[in-house]
Amino acid sequence: MSEPRIMWRKAVNNVMLTLTGVAAFGVVCVLFLILGYLIYNGGHSLNLNFFTQLPKPVGETGGGMANAIVGSLKLLLLAAVMGLPVGLLAGIYLAEFGGKTFSFIVRYVTDLLNGVPSIVIGIFAYALVVLPVKHFSALAGGVALGIMVIPITVRSTEEFLRGVPNSMREAAMALGASKWKTIATVVLPAASGGILTGMLLALARVAGETAPLLFTAFGNRYWGQGWGQPIASLPVMIYTYAISPYDDWHRQAWAAGLVLLMLVLLSNLGARFILARSKAV
Amino acid sequence: MSAASTTITHEVPPKSGLRAFVDRLKGGDEIAHLITLIAAAGIILITSLLVLELWRTSYLSRSKFGWMFFWTKVWDANFDNFGAATFIYGTLVTSAVALAIAVPLGLASAIFLSELAPRRLSDIISFLIDLLAAVPSVIYGLLGIFIVVPLMRTTLGPALKHVLGFTPLFSGPNYGVGFLTAGIVLAIMVVPFIISVSREVLLSVPREQREAALAMGATRWESTWQVVVPWARTGIMGSVFLALARALGETMAVTMVIGNNPQISASLFAPGYTIASVIANEFTEATGDLYLSALIELGLVLFLMTFILNGLARLLIVATERGGGRPA
Repeated sequence: MSEPRIMWRKAVNNVMLTLTGVAAFGVVCVLFLILGYLIYNGGHSLNLNFFTQLPKPVGETGGGMANAIVGSLKLLLLAAVMGLPVGLLAGIYLAEFGGKTFSFIVRYVTDLLNGVPSIVIGIFAYALVVLPVKHFSALAGGVALGIMVIPITVRSTEEFLRGVPNSMREAAMALGASKWKTIATVVLPAASGGILTGMLLALARVAGETAPLLFTAFGNRYWGQGWGQPIASLPVMIYTYAISPYDDWHRQAWAAGLVLLMLVLLSNLGARFILARSKAV
Repeated sequence: MSAASTTITHEVPPKSGLRAFVDRLKGGDEIAHLITLIAAAGIILITSLLVLELWRTSYLSRSKFGWMFFWTKVWDANFDNFGAATFIYGTLVTSAVALAIAVPLGLASAIFLSELAPRRLSDIISFLIDLLAAVPSVIYGLLGIFIVVPLMRTTLGPALKHVLGFTPLFSGPNYGVGFLTAGIVLAIMVVPFIISVSREVLLSVPREQREAALAMGATRWESTWQVVVPWARTGIMGSVFLALARALGETMAVTMVIGNNPQISASLFAPGYTIASVIANEFTEATGDLYLSALIELGLVLFLMTFILNGLARLLIVATERGGGRPA
């Protein structure tokens, strides 16, 4: 084999392998760029008023997004109440009871539901909840987010239940426990850390969703008037403020972006922490 | 087993209806089975209901425009004339730009993470990339508006025009907002999905495959590119389909940087409009049943596109994992 040919192959090897490294570090850099920009721009505009005051009318500077923060939390509560139980139970079915064909179909449909664009889920919630009563409501927003929570919860619950060794199930059953008792008192507690993580991640994901809220929860510049009325949320506020022509609103959009991103990233980190701890025990 | 549970209920005399119910539930496999089965069936029910509602509420538009809906470029609320062509074009072009950037970048990163990086480093980077996937899309839009758009207007756009301006793709006025900007933002958003799925697939390639190639005198890169990647290509295709499905349906970030102008233009600098962003912008303002119905039909189109892609992607990924991808 000729010397230049080997040199060439080694050069290609080195160049391409370096490029893959550059690509990976480049992608990671994007995360830090995003964080840096938000901390830089949002940090300037974040103050106590942001958390305690209502938005000011157009033209007046100052004010905050207290109603949007509470609104987001309310929507998340609705989503959790509606989505998490269904997701958990369906996950238990897939891991513990399911047969072959039906489980395959459920899993497949769950994945497809997970892939449905969030804006289409918004249309669905609109047709389901808003159209019959003819006005936007917090409830409709909660339904949209709740539907999005289901598939993520199902798959993580199933995965972590499957991680529980069969010997534990057999031991419980050998002691005379029924199947359900085994699941409720042995299998679920053993997988609880992972299942909780999955739920937290599901909520963190829908916390940042904007598209399904635009025409379900809509938005509100004041405190919400109950579950049947439009309600403000952080992501929708960021969107409205970012595309507005006012500098003061842009400033607040950055602040809200920083709060939202911190919320989402911290829940992700928290979820990892729970998982790591529950594995260590 | 059921005998054991009956003894338990007999030993504890039912104090109240609720207590008895709880006991029965604790002992009753059938009830538990049924409840979880209902939840699982509920998911299928919700998904079917979703399709049904989209189909039902888009009836007006479907019956009036028929198949012409896909070919008509006009979108005029005043004269009740609606066509999806410009939006479908915008959706496809932005997604194509996104994939053109994200696939090489994602595949290269996945190769680095699975083949080169030590396991600890690989895990840390994968974790950071998972965090990137968790960033809400409205935040990408925020950065898009205030960082990427100005960058495109002042630096990146003129530079591209200078180098590639002779092609129709990179000619015409550059406003900062447009197909290319939307594509770049989308690329950053879908790259984490390509990386994490491809990494898993590449890691599942048997070690013997690499060792055999290296033993034959291949360099590290040759063994990766000619042996490992082809072995995993179905799964990698699956990850690309998943990313494409996400890019097609992505709403907020695109709406904020694409310029929202329904037109078909060869230039990537031109402002455009996508299916998702027209729904986001006009849904609450849609006056008249036909207008709303046309928007919902757009939603139906978007749903079907992503539905088919996701279905294919899942099948491909399942196929690689079953088809000998796992080391014996």
